Amino acid sequence: MIGVFSYLVFFATTASILAIAVLGLNLQWGNTGLFNGGVVAFFGAGAYGTLILGGTAQAGHLGGFGLFYPLALLGGMAAAGLMAWIVGLLTLRLRHDYLAIATFGVAVAFENLMRNAEWLAGGAKGVRGFERPLRAALGDGFIYNLFFFVVVLLILIATYMFLERLVASPFGRLLRAIREDEEAARSLGKNPARIRLMAFVTGSVILGLAGGLYGTFYAFVSPQDVLPTLTFQIWAMLIVGGAGNNRGAIFGAFLIWGAWTLSGWALSRFAPVDVQLYTGSVQFILIGSVIVGMLMWRPQGFLPERLVVSQRGKPQQMQQGE
Amino acid sequence: MADPILQAHGVTAGYVPDLPILRDVSLAVPPAQITLIIGPNGAGKSTLIKAIAGLLPVSAGQITFQGSDITGLRTDQLTAHGIAYVPQTDNIFRSLTIRQNLDLALRRAGVDAPARLAGVFDQFPALAAKQRDKAGALSGGQRQFLAIAMALATAPQLILMDEPSAGLSPKAAQEVLEHARMLTGQGVSILLVEQNVNQALRLADHCYILAEGRNQIDGPAADLRDNKVVGEIYLGNRRVGAT
Amino acid sequence: MIQHLLDGVLTGSYLSLGAIGLTLVMHILRFANFSHAELLSLGAYVALVCDALVSGLAPFLAVKLAPLSLTGSLIIAILISMVLTGLSALLIDRLVFKRVREKGQELSMVFASFGMALIIRNVIGLIFGLSPALYSRDIAFAVILSRDPLILVKPDQIFVLIAALALMFILHLILSRTTFGYSLRAVAENPSLAQVNGVNLQRTIMAVWLIGGGLAAVAGVFYGISHQLIPVMGRDLVLPIFAATIVGGIGSVYGAVLGGFIVGIAANISLVILPSGYTPSVPFLLILVVLMIRPHGLFGEARA
Repeated sequence: MIGVFSYLVFFATTASILAIAVLGLNLQWGNTGLFNGGVVAFFGAGAYGTLILGGTAQAGHLGGFGLFYPLALLGGMAAAGLMAWIVGLLTLRLRHDYLAIATFGVAVAFENLMRNAEWLAGGAKGVRGFERPLRAALGDGFIYNLFFFVVVLLILIATYMFLERLVASPFGRLLRAIREDEEAARSLGKNPARIRLMAFVTGSVILGLAGGLYGTFYAFVSPQDVLPTLTFQIWAMLIVGGAGNNRGAIFGAFLIWGAWTLSGWALSRFAPVDVQLYTGSVQFILIGSVIVGMLMWRPQGFLPERLVVSQRGKPQQMQQGE
Repeated sequence: MADPILQAHGVTAGYVPDLPILRDVSLAVPPAQITLIIGPNGAGKSTLIKAIAGLLPVSAGQITFQGSDITGLRTDQLTAHGIAYVPQTDNIFRSLTIRQNLDLALRRAGVDAPARLAGVFDQFPALAAKQRDKAGALSGGQRQFLAIAMALATAPQLILMDEPSAGLSPKAAQEVLEHARMLTGQGVSILLVEQNVNQALRLADHCYILAEGRNQIDGPAADLRDNKVVGEIYLGNRRVGAT
Repeated sequence: MIQHLLDGVLTGSYLSLGAIGLTLVMHILRFANFSHAELLSLGAYVALVCDALVSGLAPFLAVKLAPLSLTGSLIIAILISMVLTGLSALLIDRLVFKRVREKGQELSMVFASFGMALIIRNVIGLIFGLSPALYSRDIAFAVILSRDPLILVKPDQIFVLIAALALMFILHLILSRTTFGYSLRAVAENPSLAQVNGVNLQRTIMAVWLIGGGLAAVAGVFYGISHQLIPVMGRDLVLPIFAATIVGGIGSVYGAVLGGFIVGIAANISLVILPSGYTPSVPFLLILVVLMIRPHGLFGEARA
């Protein structure tokens, strides 16, 4: 019984961390209409940044700063934000798909760098020597995992509340305005490129936060953790949940992570051994089909965006516009 | 008077289905004449001409050309029917040469192509001289002539022109409008939208005034030139349709 | 150095072919098609199957065309694959992209193309297995062009380069000499004006998919001849061909050709200064450099 419960805590922790990432992506894609083709790079920057800054000294690669944990996590988030700022600065004033291509490129280059640069992050062996915070007090067992889950859950709730406030604020309305009609926003004297950049960086910092928590949870990160798979999974979560809706983002994270875990388990349990080599292929086809299928038949997701209507109400505004 | 070549009956159209810019507009274009549409900014002049050209959805009403219903036909099908359209801006392909622009317009001409090309070059010797140049290198007035030449290359019976003199010097504008007048002598009908009201009214045969997406007044161009109301619309003293 | 340059030109020949179709689709349909590279692997595997079929039906074609390791049946298979891959591209557009296009905005198409890439890549993996395949089991011996410095080249590679250049030249003739070519360029520049001039937009879009798919098939086969066939080859090719379109300027066919060679040469020259593990990052670095100094590429035009 404790085994099942302990697994549920493990599952819920991972799903909550991913939900934070989906919230970050939702700010970019759902609220602002920015396509991030390299989610995993910003997630990875958070994970690597946190572990390198918070870990003990290791032979052969950068690290050993042993920073106080919250500072290390903030550092990881800052690394993700910095990367987003550079990419955003170069692409956000261009046609929309430049960002998609450049971010996709960032993810390829990030994984490539982490895999090859041993002096930086241990190469294929990954970053080790990280001590989970408060481990001395709580040990390594179930209690620690439960504690960690509660912390992740609180951070998820805090992120959710922060984003709900942000979306309802004048800045949030501006984001939607730019997404719907850039020219109109520009004519109101707003600088769409700058505002997009702010949203993109903020979303990436949240992705970095999720990555930092992920790295902390496993106390280890390697190039295997920053494969494109994660980008696809996080997208599917957002599209299924409902782009533009923060609750949908969280719902989608749990649903897709549950489906992914279950399909992996079912394939390893019931599929013949010689087919099991292809578990990954089958799962990829499933996730690709989920993305394409949702876009074709229910592009708004299961929990569609609730359009925030100003006090006067939309119909009236339209009449005024004539 | 001969039967109109083009007729619009109660046309309602706009960019978004729920927000028609044009409401219940009717007009008739007689053959081999210039029919002018004028009106204040935002009156729906360009919307009307785009709706006739098949570039905007018509949500109500009917458009007939030589007696047959052409409402809802695609733009490229209208070309085959003998209707050409000269947009206001971006009306030539800058990356193609002048000759390539014309060849594109002549694509469906078949065996007539060489004769039509020769005819077009006769009318616009300046284009013939520069035919291997990129169209993007032409001056504003020459671009307008190339756009008209491309329209003529399809051997149209009707040309829809959207503000052909916009952005041109007064001299070039005059040349373009006079060329339009000359085309009616060859039997081509023209539906013209113009901001350049004084010049256009002198050349046109009949004129419609649109405001706020509806027909206001129409009549022979010569009569409207001296009409007080017309002056008032353009002086902006009074809202048309408010009376 | 000269060897790297030569290898770069050879790499560039198939990257260019792949980038031509991508740049046309990106320009005319206005979306970054992340599944375009999968058309290369689809075409490569279709050719593999057709090669087996043709040489089975007509064994006399299965003879090597010395000094190449290529056989007559593979050449026929390439032609069949061009048609089939072009038709597949058309079918994917009909079944998926067209519907998403009518439902959503441009960026939904980018999403959908990622999804399609995953599906195509992994279906190929399921059908053909995850291990590499080859068109010919014979080892193609390289010819020594020069001993000092040592420069090696395989006859197959020369064939690939010449055939790629020939295809590009044919495409150039079509674009610059035929009214069909003008109509393609017209749609790329201004779709609604093209319609005004009597061009049927739907049919032009179909032609773009056919041409893009056909060239992608050739590019995929050439990649397979130069290296080997693996189901995930699309994953490794997608960034280089995107880099080629951005370097050349989105929408420019000539830019895509030049961009493909630049990316190929840069990736191979980088081996002089960087360990080979970093090669996959080179296209990304090129994209960054271009975005910094010339965001619209060598031949591109600003278009919002």
